[in-house]
Amino acid sequence: MKSAVIVFPGSNCDRDAARALERVSGRSAHMVWHKETTLPEGIDLVVLPGGFSYGDYLRSGAMAAKSPVVRAVIAHAERGGLVLGICNGFQVLTETRLLPGALARNAGLKFACKNVPLAVTNGNTAFTRAYREARETEIPIAHGDGRFVADEDTLDRLENEGRVVFRYLVNPNGSARDIAGIVNECGNVMGMMPHPERASDPALGRTGGAAVFQSLLEAA
Amino acid sequence: MKAIVTVGLKPGVLDVQGKAVAGALKDLGFSGVEDARVGKRIEIQLDGNLDPNTAEAEVREMCEKLLANTVIESYRVEIAG
Repeated sequence: MKSAVIVFPGSNCDRDAARALERVSGRSAHMVWHKETTLPEGIDLVVLPGGFSYGDYLRSGAMAAKSPVVRAVIAHAERGGLVLGICNGFQVLTETRLLPGALARNAGLKFACKNVPLAVTNGNTAFTRAYREARETEIPIAHGDGRFVADEDTLDRLENEGRVVFRYLVNPNGSARDIAGIVNECGNVMGMMPHPERASDPALGRTGGAAVFQSLLEAA
Repeated sequence: MKAIVTVGLKPGVLDVQGKAVAGALKDLGFSGVEDARVGKRIEIQLDGNLDPNTAEAEVREMCEKLLANTVIESYRVEIAG
């Protein structure tokens, strides 16, 4: 699997994501600066990492969604390429409209930073197949703007089409219908607020997110 | 010429900052406060030679493309002299 991690000014989980990818695939990820206009040749997977791209100015993810490299990421997604947006990366994906809805300020107003139990509500995606029979996992969250918001029709469609991939078992931020992660219509783009890269190695004390990267390796 | 853009969450989208502000105002004894909504104001300095209608159309495009996330936010544009 050939993967690229996009680095925006203010990204702070880019190296963690690269490390998780390297651990699972044995190949180092290409680190791609936000000013680039193209992705390296033959990329299978693009990761939009967590952090505070462009200082979260205006809205979380808004500036990053308009950056030069994200145009190339959109083209990659439209060609069917895999894209994983984690936390700030999920915010970027909704801002580009590659994913529906938006991430608003947490209902409790506080920055939420803790390990959360999740339901794997669709184990048959390129991002979750390696969960196999497991229907629950535990992955940490760390965000202030994580409340998933969308209109009722969009929420119904996401649920009916099996596009809600992860759901909070205890809702930490007021997200509509406990949604923690969704995929696009074609199933090649996923955004999730929890950080699987922070739970991808026994040395980190938890491994509940490793299956996301394992799934991608199998899919690519 | 200056454009003043006001962006806020659409009615119906829970505004938790607004709720916190309303709560604090009530705690201060402003018992007439029923609700508050928090938005942002963006002032854009524009070329003074622009036709005001053209300027307004352009600022609306700015709102659609960047300044507002129309999934959850609405905006208002004023062109001031």
